[in-house]
Amino acid sequence: MTKLKILLAASIVLAPLGAETTVIRNATIMTVTKGTVKGSIVVKDGKIAEVGEKVMEPAGAKIIDAGGQYVIPGIIDCHSHIAVDGSVNEGSVSVSSMVDIKDVINPEDIAIYRALAGGVTTANILHGSANAIGGQTLVLKMRWGRDAQGLIFEGAMPGIKFALGENPKRAGNPQGGRGATTVEARYPATRMGIEDTIREAFNEAKAYKAEWDAYNAKAAAGERLIPPRKDLKLEPLKEILEGKRYIHAHCYRADEILMLMRVADDFGFKIRTFQHVLEGYKVAKEIAAHGAGASTFSDWFNFKVEAGDAIPYNAAIMQKYGVVVSMNSDDAELMRHLNTEAGKAMRYGGVTETEALAMVTLNPAKQLGIENRVGSIEAGKDADLVIYDKYPLSDFAKVQKVLIDGNLYFDRDQEVTGRAAKQAEKQRLLDKEKQEQQRQQPQRRPGA
Amino acid sequence: MKTLAILIGCAMAAWAASNDTFVIRNADVYPVTGAEMKGVSVLVQDGKIADIGAKIVAPKGMRVVDAKGLRVYPGMIDSATELGLAEIESVRESVDTGELGEFMPQLRALVAVNPGSEHFGVVRVNGITSAMTFPSSGARGGGGGGGRFGGGEQQLISGQAALIHTDGWTWEDMAIQRTAAMHLLFPSIAGRGGRGGAPVPDSVLELISGTAGASSYTQARRTYEQQIGKLNDFFDQARQYQKEKAAHAPGFRTDLKMEAMIPVLEGKVPMAVSASRASAIHDAIAFADKQNIKIVLLQPRELGKVAAELKAKNIPVILGRVLALPQAEDDAYDQAFTLPSEAYKAGVKFAFGTFDNEFVRNLPFEAATAVAFGLPYDEALKAITINPAQIWGVGNELGSVEKGKWADLVITTGDLLEIQTGIKHLYIKGKEVELSNKQTRLYEKYVAR
Repeated sequence: MTKLKILLAASIVLAPLGAETTVIRNATIMTVTKGTVKGSIVVKDGKIAEVGEKVMEPAGAKIIDAGGQYVIPGIIDCHSHIAVDGSVNEGSVSVSSMVDIKDVINPEDIAIYRALAGGVTTANILHGSANAIGGQTLVLKMRWGRDAQGLIFEGAMPGIKFALGENPKRAGNPQGGRGATTVEARYPATRMGIEDTIREAFNEAKAYKAEWDAYNAKAAAGERLIPPRKDLKLEPLKEILEGKRYIHAHCYRADEILMLMRVADDFGFKIRTFQHVLEGYKVAKEIAAHGAGASTFSDWFNFKVEAGDAIPYNAAIMQKYGVVVSMNSDDAELMRHLNTEAGKAMRYGGVTETEALAMVTLNPAKQLGIENRVGSIEAGKDADLVIYDKYPLSDFAKVQKVLIDGNLYFDRDQEVTGRAAKQAEKQRLLDKEKQEQQRQQPQRRPGA
Repeated sequence: MKTLAILIGCAMAAWAASNDTFVIRNADVYPVTGAEMKGVSVLVQDGKIADIGAKIVAPKGMRVVDAKGLRVYPGMIDSATELGLAEIESVRESVDTGELGEFMPQLRALVAVNPGSEHFGVVRVNGITSAMTFPSSGARGGGGGGGRFGGGEQQLISGQAALIHTDGWTWEDMAIQRTAAMHLLFPSIAGRGGRGGAPVPDSVLELISGTAGASSYTQARRTYEQQIGKLNDFFDQARQYQKEKAAHAPGFRTDLKMEAMIPVLEGKVPMAVSASRASAIHDAIAFADKQNIKIVLLQPRELGKVAAELKAKNIPVILGRVLALPQAEDDAYDQAFTLPSEAYKAGVKFAFGTFDNEFVRNLPFEAATAVAFGLPYDEALKAITINPAQIWGVGNELGSVEKGKWADLVITTGDLLEIQTGIKHLYIKGKEVELSNKQTRLYEKYVAR
């Protein structure tokens, strides 16, 4: 008996996450990179070991029978604000590159579980759009139940949020531009000022980098010097100039998209992704030439003036010109059905099924520089997999199971059957709370 | 003989010229109210469905639309929008929902419908041929008092909602039911929720009532009771007015607010009542009973025990959005997805609304999501066609492909609710509506850059 207990305890301690070997059988597997296969997926040590019509099933593997069901790679949302404790905007300054989303990750945000239940396994968590240069961003895996550190997508390139257009102008127009005094206003108030804010910041960052480069060269040559003072605002910008940090730029209008690319050209850096980029279709050639990705909404429009020319064909047009396009959510609800957002790319503009699916899997992986790890179903990649009951680009489909690193993080059957017990537990706690209140009632009002 | 030939000739010319008379051939017709008919024809005359069947012989010269391999459905109806009243939601100047004032039954949404709104073109290309348009932003997410922009007291009666077609030269052209409902934003203790945040669920409210939050709860409760009191007073006044008017009482003077309430008191116009939580819904039902008025419930977020009450009293419900987050942190992730199936199982009659303008075009996809989470397919289809037509009092004119009804028709490449399905033709009162809008024009312009 004691032995058994020890053994059990040991097995719990020793079993590292992702060590379970699993075979998903009889599925229609939409690999994204290697077509659609009817067959099995072998998952070992958190990775996809084999995919094919016939696979070698390791002895003792856990079997998931996905007969009649579909498997796609875990969905990747390139624009999300979930799992953040409090505001996503440090809006008091025009350049807030010193702040980092990593410092405010809340692993208990229920939105993580809900996203998981919608097939999302990875998300790019962004600072808000209140300033021209915003805070640092972070890529997370939806490992619900793990602590903040455990959610972080290890090795993903760090990022930073930029924002153009109406949102970063807003603090410059506190009364909607009417009756604002320069005292209450925070520069910039126009798109001209946004360009200048970004240029000023990189002008500073360039000088700062030169200072460090000179120091490093001398230090490498054996000179003993006092290093320059570290500037937490300029450090991330220096990383951008060194190609060590991605820019995810919130934007809507074609003019501002073009502006940012030209600023980047002048300073010798690249924009990794344009976010929302609702008029990207108007400058698709230029975006493709710059090499930026585009992460957009499928069909949002007219919610603000700068979204007036938004069209649901945006993704299709940008793709046609060679831009790597993804569909994002920017919303805890929309995040739960990005599969149908991909489906809309087929409806509007007629991209192929594989291209559409790539817009929520492989393409966002490319945009985040993690395509060697996730985004398709291939041997060697992380076993981040979603099982749907029906054809996944349809609005009739729902998520059945989600695996991350080979671990089952969501199972609809378990979720549904577990509800009664959870409800009973909640009721028990509520009753207990009520009893406690009644017990304390007289003490709370001694004068009564 | 000659005369006859001439007569026929004239008639032929009339068919050829008239744009609301034609025949659809070889179509698979999904009437909604009956079984699917494969490979049949639909004869449309003067904007109405004149006949459906395999053996229809189209008079010579009549315009023929070949629909081989295509499907014909009735046009879809969205039961909760602000179409025509709100253009860009963040720009007050472009928004005409949410007037000031607590009791504003005299306001008519119809007169503020802008037929030139870009939203109409956008929703039409997805097969939505008619919509309820509400005078209050409260119909958008059940939230807030009067306007999204204004402050002031919480609005209770926001005005008259209209059922309109999504195409027409003027709002008069577009009107189907000028006053399809009177909109009541039912008071609520914990707010109505909406975009700014979900309402506090009853279970939590109960708990608050006995703890540190007790004083704010008591305050909220008092405000709530005051509002219910005001509402009852307003109805009593209206009833008194109705009596005095009928009795030609001396010194009787017309009061526009009271006039607007008469059709409600007579049961000719239903009160569309926004209430999201079960307790608020229960209170709204009790209120309707007391005042003896017909109601349609708007946007419940939970049903539970009130489902049986709704069923027992034949109160129809407008559900939406299906694609919404749960109310509370510990509610099931699919709470909103399964609500339609819950309503169906309880025998409640319902229709779908998108409670928005931006996403009206996703109405069929919302219905499909409800199917994915347990609603029978046919019920989902009914909830965007015949059910709303019946709920808004035009069940004999719209909502299905049946003889005698307006030819509001959609011709598709496949299942109407499926994202991948293309829309080939759209007819409103038998007139073909071009499937283009600002967005398709921008597409054509820039795809060829």
